[in-house]
Amino acid sequence: MRWVCLLLPQLALDGVLRRQPMPDQPLALIDGPVQRRVLHSVNPAARALGLRPGQSLAAAQAINAGFTSVAFDAKDAAHWRDLVAAWAYRFSSQVSTQFSHAIVLEIGRSLKLFGPWPRLEAQMREELREMGFRHRLVAAPNPHAARVLANVHDGIGLTDESLLTGLGQIPVERAGLDRETAVSLSRMGLRHLRQVFELPRDSITRRFPKTVLPYLDALRGEMTLPLTLYRPPDVFDQRMEFDHEIESSQALLFPLRRLTADLATFLAGRDGGVQRFVLVLEHERCEDSEVTVGLLAPERAAATLFELTRGRLEQARVPAPVRGLRLLAQELPPFVPASRDLFDARSQQAMPWPQLRERLRARLGDDAVHGLAIRGDHRPERAWGVEAPVQRETAPPSLPRPGWLLHQPIPLRDHALTVLAGPERIESGWWDGFEVRRDYYLVETSNGQRAWAYCVAGERGPYMLHGWFA
Amino acid sequence: MGAVVAIDSLLDQRRLWKGQQRHVLPASPQPSGHAMLDAALPSGGWPDGALTELLIPADGVGELRLLWPALARLSQQEGTVVLVAPPYVPFAPAWQRAGVRLSQLQVIDTPPRDALWAAEQCLRSGACAAVLCWPLHADDRALRRLQVAAESGRCLGFAIRPAKAARNPSPAALRIAIDTDPQQLRVLKCRGGLAPTRPIAFDWQ
Repeated sequence: MRWVCLLLPQLALDGVLRRQPMPDQPLALIDGPVQRRVLHSVNPAARALGLRPGQSLAAAQAINAGFTSVAFDAKDAAHWRDLVAAWAYRFSSQVSTQFSHAIVLEIGRSLKLFGPWPRLEAQMREELREMGFRHRLVAAPNPHAARVLANVHDGIGLTDESLLTGLGQIPVERAGLDRETAVSLSRMGLRHLRQVFELPRDSITRRFPKTVLPYLDALRGEMTLPLTLYRPPDVFDQRMEFDHEIESSQALLFPLRRLTADLATFLAGRDGGVQRFVLVLEHERCEDSEVTVGLLAPERAAATLFELTRGRLEQARVPAPVRGLRLLAQELPPFVPASRDLFDARSQQAMPWPQLRERLRARLGDDAVHGLAIRGDHRPERAWGVEAPVQRETAPPSLPRPGWLLHQPIPLRDHALTVLAGPERIESGWWDGFEVRRDYYLVETSNGQRAWAYCVAGERGPYMLHGWFA
Repeated sequence: MGAVVAIDSLLDQRRLWKGQQRHVLPASPQPSGHAMLDAALPSGGWPDGALTELLIPADGVGELRLLWPALARLSQQEGTVVLVAPPYVPFAPAWQRAGVRLSQLQVIDTPPRDALWAAEQCLRSGACAAVLCWPLHADDRALRRLQVAAESGRCLGFAIRPAKAARNPSPAALRIAIDTDPQQLRVLKCRGGLAPTRPIAFDWQ
């Protein structure tokens, strides 16, 4: 049990179904030239209506017209296979997409990390089911055997001892041999691989192409054939096209959830995070619009990515209905999980501050959340700032300062002002054009509020209100 | 007249209510820093994981001075203090002078329509030690949401509202009105005990 084969029999269909909000509705993939459209594959609901792959579209519509038809695209299947490979990459660094309709991965070294095979199998199945891919899973000592066994079985795990017995029962025509060889073997009266294994080696070399014997040896694990390994790409780029134009951002949430979940899967596979990505909204007749999601720190949790993107999408202004959605992530920095204290007494759904800040920024805007800093300037307007890049230690002022500062000083009209302290002269800024010459007073208004007000240096009034002692 | 009934069982069944309960609440881990206020409150401090309402007749009557000791203590314990849509610029030198660590202070600038949402998110997240907000047109339902959020996030929530809101009931665990003439605090409601009837001296010193 060192290799797992994931057989994905319905990749193209699954790829289409996972975009459908209601995958249980009858649906068929259509292939072939315009004159002779045939059904390439059908989902279970369509099968229940009596539709079968290979039927002509006309015949299918004669049986029942109540199904959705979607054009089959061979490139699509390859694309989905790459996504599954990216997902599988988190279980193993040796993943191959060399076999048709399948992915094989080495798990011998991963079992220590992910637990024994039954647990790993359950985890893989659960995740594949969530992603919406139908599959068969087989574990075997070598990749070729796993691939062949997956033709017939689902959910078995063979060890070195049981491998020969298991392989022996495989019918010759499903053993992954080329067509010609399989036909001549069955003409010789050989039905199962067991009988083929019993043939003398030199007679196999003589009668069949010279690739056959190495292949049979590889199946039995007596020699290893080279395997091209999958390398995860450096960018994530996935797009979805809709059958009709979508006008509300609510209707975009389902496809968006898929896209962000796929991105999260991709990121988990390469053990990375994403710091900035672009959501491209494609329109029918005008330029695509883009929603950029920039984060302060790399993220990779599916729920977080969805939540943040949703916040941005709902704020976005779009000139026209949306026809397609594309998620493009090019900056994929390493992800460092936030360290949490084991004995942290926070409640269950506690979220760390950086995550909360991202959520707030996503809805309120990038500049909405900021810290405060002191700047070394005597002018009150310039004595503070939003989060200075370098926090200089400044001694707090010796004289009392108000907790609230008005954005703009306003005239203070009150006939019963009491001056409690002052004046304190603030005179500065003659060098940069914002010269300030003021006498500041601490005054009490008739309402009992304490105000920080100033007048032009040397004069008594009129007062300008600049802050509240609160 | 029936059988003799133990008074304890009546108390347990809530058929009899006993005024002036004492020692019901464990001491709050959040002293306000004002000795007279702490002495008057049944838990001896700000109610932890709950919403406190401050009712003020106008801005600048001491609302920050009332909160600063607790905020300073929390920020020095590495807790994050969030101001959601404050009515003015928090003047950094004064906050630092009051002992608040500026690196732990976060300000959220947002129009009023999103302020309640932001306050609720902050209270609920568990990432903040204290959250201050200034809800202008908050109704009973909005305040209840804030109260529940503060509970689930184990966070000190402060809603600073105009004094005329005192007439309406509120789900906040503690309601304090600040008077200016004379300078004093009045506890209008406190959960877990009777509100002290006498005003509490609170001056500018």
